[in-house]
Amino acid sequence: MSSQPVLSIRGLDKSFGPVQVLHDVSFSAYPGEVTALVGDNGAGKSTLVKCIGGTYSIDAGEFHFDGRPVQVHSPRDAADLGIEIVYQDLALCDNLDIVQNMFLGREKRSGLVLDEATMEEMAARTLRDLSVRTVKSIRQLVSSLSGGQRQTVAIAKAVLWNSKVVILDEPTAALGVAQTAQVLELVRRLADNGLAVVLISHNMNDVFAVADRIAALYLGRMAAEVKAADVTHSQVVELITSGRSGELGLKNGNGVTA
Amino acid sequence: MSSTAVPEKVALTPPTTVRGNVRGYLERLRGGDLGAMPAVFGLVVLCLVFAVMRPVFLSATNFANLFTQGAAVTVIAMGLVFVLLLGEIDLSAGYTSGVCAAVLAVVLANYGLPWYVAVGAAMLTGVVIGTVLGTLVTKLGIPSFVVTLAAFLAFQGLLLVLVKEGTNISVRDQTIIAIENSYLPPALGWAFFAVCVLGYAAVQVVRARRRAGRGLAADPAAVIAFRVGLLVVLGGLAVYVLNLERSRNALIVSLKGVPIVVPIVVALLILWTFVLRRTAYGRHIYAVGGNAEAARRAGINVDRIKISAFVLSSGMASIGGVIAASQASSVDPNTGGSDVLLFAVGAAVIGGTSLFGGKGRMLDAVLGGAVVAVINNGMGLLGYSASVKYIVTGSVLLLAAGVDALSRKRAAASGLR
Repeated sequence: MSSQPVLSIRGLDKSFGPVQVLHDVSFSAYPGEVTALVGDNGAGKSTLVKCIGGTYSIDAGEFHFDGRPVQVHSPRDAADLGIEIVYQDLALCDNLDIVQNMFLGREKRSGLVLDEATMEEMAARTLRDLSVRTVKSIRQLVSSLSGGQRQTVAIAKAVLWNSKVVILDEPTAALGVAQTAQVLELVRRLADNGLAVVLISHNMNDVFAVADRIAALYLGRMAAEVKAADVTHSQVVELITSGRSGELGLKNGNGVTA
Repeated sequence: MSSTAVPEKVALTPPTTVRGNVRGYLERLRGGDLGAMPAVFGLVVLCLVFAVMRPVFLSATNFANLFTQGAAVTVIAMGLVFVLLLGEIDLSAGYTSGVCAAVLAVVLANYGLPWYVAVGAAMLTGVVIGTVLGTLVTKLGIPSFVVTLAAFLAFQGLLLVLVKEGTNISVRDQTIIAIENSYLPPALGWAFFAVCVLGYAAVQVVRARRRAGRGLAADPAAVIAFRVGLLVVLGGLAVYVLNLERSRNALIVSLKGVPIVVPIVVALLILWTFVLRRTAYGRHIYAVGGNAEAARRAGINVDRIKISAFVLSSGMASIGGVIAASQASSVDPNTGGSDVLLFAVGAAVIGGTSLFGGKGRMLDAVLGGAVVAVINNGMGLLGYSASVKYIVTGSVLLLAAGVDALSRKRAAASGLR
């Protein structure tokens, strides 16, 4: 597939006070591919994502977007570049409908008045492009949606803005079997539409079902960035739990600082 | 519902048929979203009961009284809707209206300035109060319940200071007095009615046609006709009754027409309904009330929205204060005190505005205000003392809050939350 990463990070350091959470992390996301970001609890996945999203400022490191060096200081900067993050708690308003949620904070207006017709058309088109057929009406309140449908709305909200990188934080964590399948299908379709998708997951089945690449974090260091086809299930588990697996991963001494 | 023939259209557009609209409404009711139903139902039952027990309840004079008696509380309730939509509360709205009324009276009586300066000063006072309350709630993080409870006490004192520890300042300005005590000429009343009906019909039809033109789901003509018809019948009936001669001796002084306060309340209703439903600001108020964290992440300035809601609440309370001053033709230490706040909160909640935030409309305040006015007026006609009135109104407020809480529970049980 394509060789140029749309987003690439090198030498990222991040500390909270005396605690260094990320050490010299590099990470890349490629258009048209799903990159799974895996790691144990506390490995630094969420911190890395928040650094990419501009929620946290970084201590050191380079960001390249579309080959250009860029600075991300705020969530607004990230959004302007085309980076959208779908957090685990989705951040949807139950009392608003699907269209209202998708355009929240970025409403289309004509003059003073909300341009409902345009927003409805754009929302419908986005959902159609994602082949979403599970919602009955885009004027349904989010409170009436199932967990999978909510996840779908949150993802659709992220891709509505011609974004280039979509980061999904454990999108299937709270879902049943059928809904997980639906969401994974949607994740695959996002990548097939040309987006760079970053999927954070604990579930190896999900990872191997959709990911093209796997990036494993271990205690704040990037243990390995590999193609999913080149590794086995158990190798990835080893990378997550011990930071190395045979030839792959962190070298002894170079890696762990307890 | 969904067919395979035209999946894109059917799958993603709301019901467009009359039956679809009716079914959607019934589904919402069953799902625990009662909307204005309890208020309308209560209004009808109360009116029937009072009409049977005291036929004078239905007289043209009493009908006009309902409007002038309920106006101040309704306007304060409309302001409270903004705060309630955020899941906050403003317990000081009653005395805010009192303080603003006192400012009005002082400017008129002591400084002899024209009425518009006095009204401006009263409204400015309301805006300043709202800014202070909102800032304390958002920037310092004190719960609105405590901030406004403190303000409730403090404003009681402020009001006493303004009326010199208990004097009664009369309001003699004819324009201010006219708000509650003068009436539109019958012809102007009908013209006002016609403008409202035509405007409403035009907005509905234009929107439906524009949406249909772009291939979006639009309200069917029958539904629009029903809504406009309802407005014509109810509004027409009200204007007709208000235009009947109410004077005992029409030769000496004629007393008929729509009270001037009615178009003021209707204008405020239209303005705030527009702001809440059709502007990004209104959308953001609902968003903050529904999920403040989601709103914050969407780039909405949550603090600014909250402060503005308190400003609107206190600002509307100041208008309520002006109306109250007009009704009594004076301001005293009780203006905006005792039951005014309870009635206003009751009006908003009875109308269907949720105390939990995120749900409610401007119309709710008006419907609830009508219920409160009818209870107050009817029980007065039945000769009950203030004690019974308080107990009944308190019970109705509790009932409305109970319906609100239960419908929320029901919505949770049916998976709608």
